[in-house]
Amino acid sequence: MPLRLLAALAAAFLAASGNAAAQEKPLAFTGARIIPIAGLPVENGVLILQGGRILAVGPAASTAIPAGAEVRDARGKVIMPGLVDSHSHIGGASGADGASPVQPEVRVLDAIDVRHASIQKAQAGGITTVNVMPGSGHLISGQTLYLKLRDGRVIDDLLVRLPDGSIAGGLKMANGTNSIRSPGGPFPGSRAKSAALVREQFVKAQEYQARRERAGNDAEKLPARDLALEMLVEVLEGRRIVQHHTHRHDDILTVLRLRREFGFKVVLHHVSEAAKVAAEIAAAGVPSSVIIIDSPGGKLETRDFALENCAALERAGAEVGLHTDDSVTDSRLFLRSAALAVRAGMTPEGALRAVTIANARMLGMEARVGTLETGKDADFILLSGDPLSVYTEVEQTWVDGVKVFDLSDPTDRLYARGGPGAGENRRPPLCCFGSAWDIIMAANGGNGQ
Amino acid sequence: MKRLLATLSLLSGSALTAAEITPPVAVLGEMVHTLSGPAIKDGLVLMRDGRITYAGPAAGRAVPADHRVLRARVVTPGLIDARATAGLSGILNQAQDQDMLDRSAPLQPELRAIDAFNARDPLVTWLRSFGVTTLNTGHAPGALISGQTMIVRTAGRSVEDDVVNPAAMIAVSLGGSAVSRAEGPPGGSAKSPGTRAKAVAMLRAELIKAQEYARKRDVKDETKRPARDLRLETLARGLDGSQRFLITAHRQQDILASLRLAREFNLRIVLDGCADAPLVLEEIKASGFPVILHPTMARASEDTENLAMDTAARLAAAGIPFALQSGYESYVPKTRVVLFEAAVAAARGLGFERALAAVTLDAARILGIDGRTGSLAEGKDADLALFDGDPFEYTAHVTATVVAGRVFADGPR
Repeated sequence: MPLRLLAALAAAFLAASGNAAAQEKPLAFTGARIIPIAGLPVENGVLILQGGRILAVGPAASTAIPAGAEVRDARGKVIMPGLVDSHSHIGGASGADGASPVQPEVRVLDAIDVRHASIQKAQAGGITTVNVMPGSGHLISGQTLYLKLRDGRVIDDLLVRLPDGSIAGGLKMANGTNSIRSPGGPFPGSRAKSAALVREQFVKAQEYQARRERAGNDAEKLPARDLALEMLVEVLEGRRIVQHHTHRHDDILTVLRLRREFGFKVVLHHVSEAAKVAAEIAAAGVPSSVIIIDSPGGKLETRDFALENCAALERAGAEVGLHTDDSVTDSRLFLRSAALAVRAGMTPEGALRAVTIANARMLGMEARVGTLETGKDADFILLSGDPLSVYTEVEQTWVDGVKVFDLSDPTDRLYARGGPGAGENRRPPLCCFGSAWDIIMAANGGNGQ
Repeated sequence: MKRLLATLSLLSGSALTAAEITPPVAVLGEMVHTLSGPAIKDGLVLMRDGRITYAGPAAGRAVPADHRVLRARVVTPGLIDARATAGLSGILNQAQDQDMLDRSAPLQPELRAIDAFNARDPLVTWLRSFGVTTLNTGHAPGALISGQTMIVRTAGRSVEDDVVNPAAMIAVSLGGSAVSRAEGPPGGSAKSPGTRAKAVAMLRAELIKAQEYARKRDVKDETKRPARDLRLETLARGLDGSQRFLITAHRQQDILASLRLAREFNLRIVLDGCADAPLVLEEIKASGFPVILHPTMARASEDTENLAMDTAARLAAAGIPFALQSGYESYVPKTRVVLFEAAVAAARGLGFERALAAVTLDAARILGIDGRTGSLAEGKDADLALFDGDPFEYTAHVTATVVAGRVFADGPR
């Protein structure tokens, strides 16, 4: 037993340190059905990665495997891009507090726990990129965060950096009933008031922007820094996308109206009544990130929720993404949302785009993630079968060429299936009471169940 | 036709039941899962007056001319949702349509589901559109005793038409939900339990009162009998076994407390929820009591943090009788759908056959209605679900649901 334990501890340590960097030697997966999203599925495909990027992808017949590459047999499996979730609340996310309905200065960045069990479960669901959002109880509840779901030690390990070095993320806004509260406080009591408060803020931001421009390089004339207005100026300048919660068809139209007035980039989120205004959404050229829930209702603005929303938007020619809104739906079953969209009339191709490249575009990350193409991040999932089948399981999840989830690993399997311990956060290797126990149980061939 | 029959019914002024106005139906299925025997390839189900008159191979059996014919790739018994709150927890989730929990007192077994069930709530219709024909629905977890459940069909006319068993089970909750949420009246003394141990103590005290009540009620001298007490009367029915206790318990200590209560008072119980079931499989198995397991996709938090998608498979492997449920949802989605919960359980180790049984015949057995529904056999209620593919595949559809012979086909679902 002591020797066995020692071996297990050593193995755990090696596994942990081995996870730190992507392979320098090319790694090739062969024999799988590959769904690159960027093109038609390939029956006998090859995916080759190196240094965290995709080196090559294509049919076995025409895709050369470099000499010295490590080759893994993936016959019988399906490989597709890592899933992109355009709206989630994993990681213990939080945003604005109850002080005011408009708090663009608040950052989800300052609230995330990278070891949170919900992040492990998202990896188990095949999610590799995610937009972590603050809640919808405010008109503007704060800055969202685009994360790559690496096994990070600190939040910086998961961040996505823009070319200028800034941290990628959007701005969360909401209309409808969630941000409406009883009168007397600073929160709006009606829909029209909600829109008026938002317009007021953007008008202020326009003035702030103009004052800054007039000041030019003259430090004396620059207005005092205002974290909230700075953020809205980013939105006005198109450097940050508004991720807008909206359910009822009239609320959706209100978002489109605000967008026309202020010219910001926006993604419509949830859109429970999208089918009623699909033509207007398509005409505006605005993408929708749709939620699929198991029944309508639960609140007034989802009374007319329709499973057919995705199909209606697709037919109208609008861009459609899907999201988990975790914990409203479970990240581990994100592919289920795509399948239910197909059940309600969406094309299978459209539904797979909706959990990959369409969402990537909604985050402005389509150049790096969302398809399997040479040069893109090596973010992919290995499935046991058809991505739209209930009987299919996510077997492996890879981010930047590093495996972050493996169903055959007892701890990963625990997060995938649930069970005692699945609610606990990921522990650092060789740390803390309890983790040694895990390793002992692993050495004994299971997690004690 | 429906309208004509409705008009006739109005003209005659009589209370025709759903069964009486239902025209005969024949269902031809490429695969018919009867649950009363092996699946039948190219099967036929005939029904008249709300009952099944034939369920077997189509070969050699003529379809009578007066039968409306439906075809389907796959046919199953109508699905049974073994524990729901649909019809009480309405779609809007506003105060006026939420009747699943009365928070004025922690112990209210006298609250009957039949006095609250809205047969026409859109969520009842929604569940029916996914093949659900029977619900065990009623008062939600969240109070020590929140009320009763009833067994009702989803035909959506009225509770009087649709009720199967008006007083099925007494709904008890142990653990976090009853301790933290069943608040007493504002400003009043704390009537609801503040800890797990207090909750069990309160239940025991109440059951002892009910024992005493039942004893006095049965004395020969009528003048010595106590005045009727609806609350104790209900509990007395639980004590004499004519009504079962449905005990929601997720944590292993709450499951064990439920079994302890059952032993002390010789109760017939059904365990509900049971997120921690894998930790106490032996004890549950030894008790012989069935489990109505939490929804496979239920959220893991607080009392349910240990729940797993493969618990159904573990219960099956342990030989513990169980069924699946939609449960109670306080927000979005306002109800779950047992078809979907069974599908994920099937794919996470339970397998097709057992998963289908968990929402049909096994559920009927646990609810005590297997004599009339849960499988397709002559003489049973004409409750069926029709599919255009594997019922559990995400991308397949329910093409029709038949409730006591009435066909509901509002487009593929």
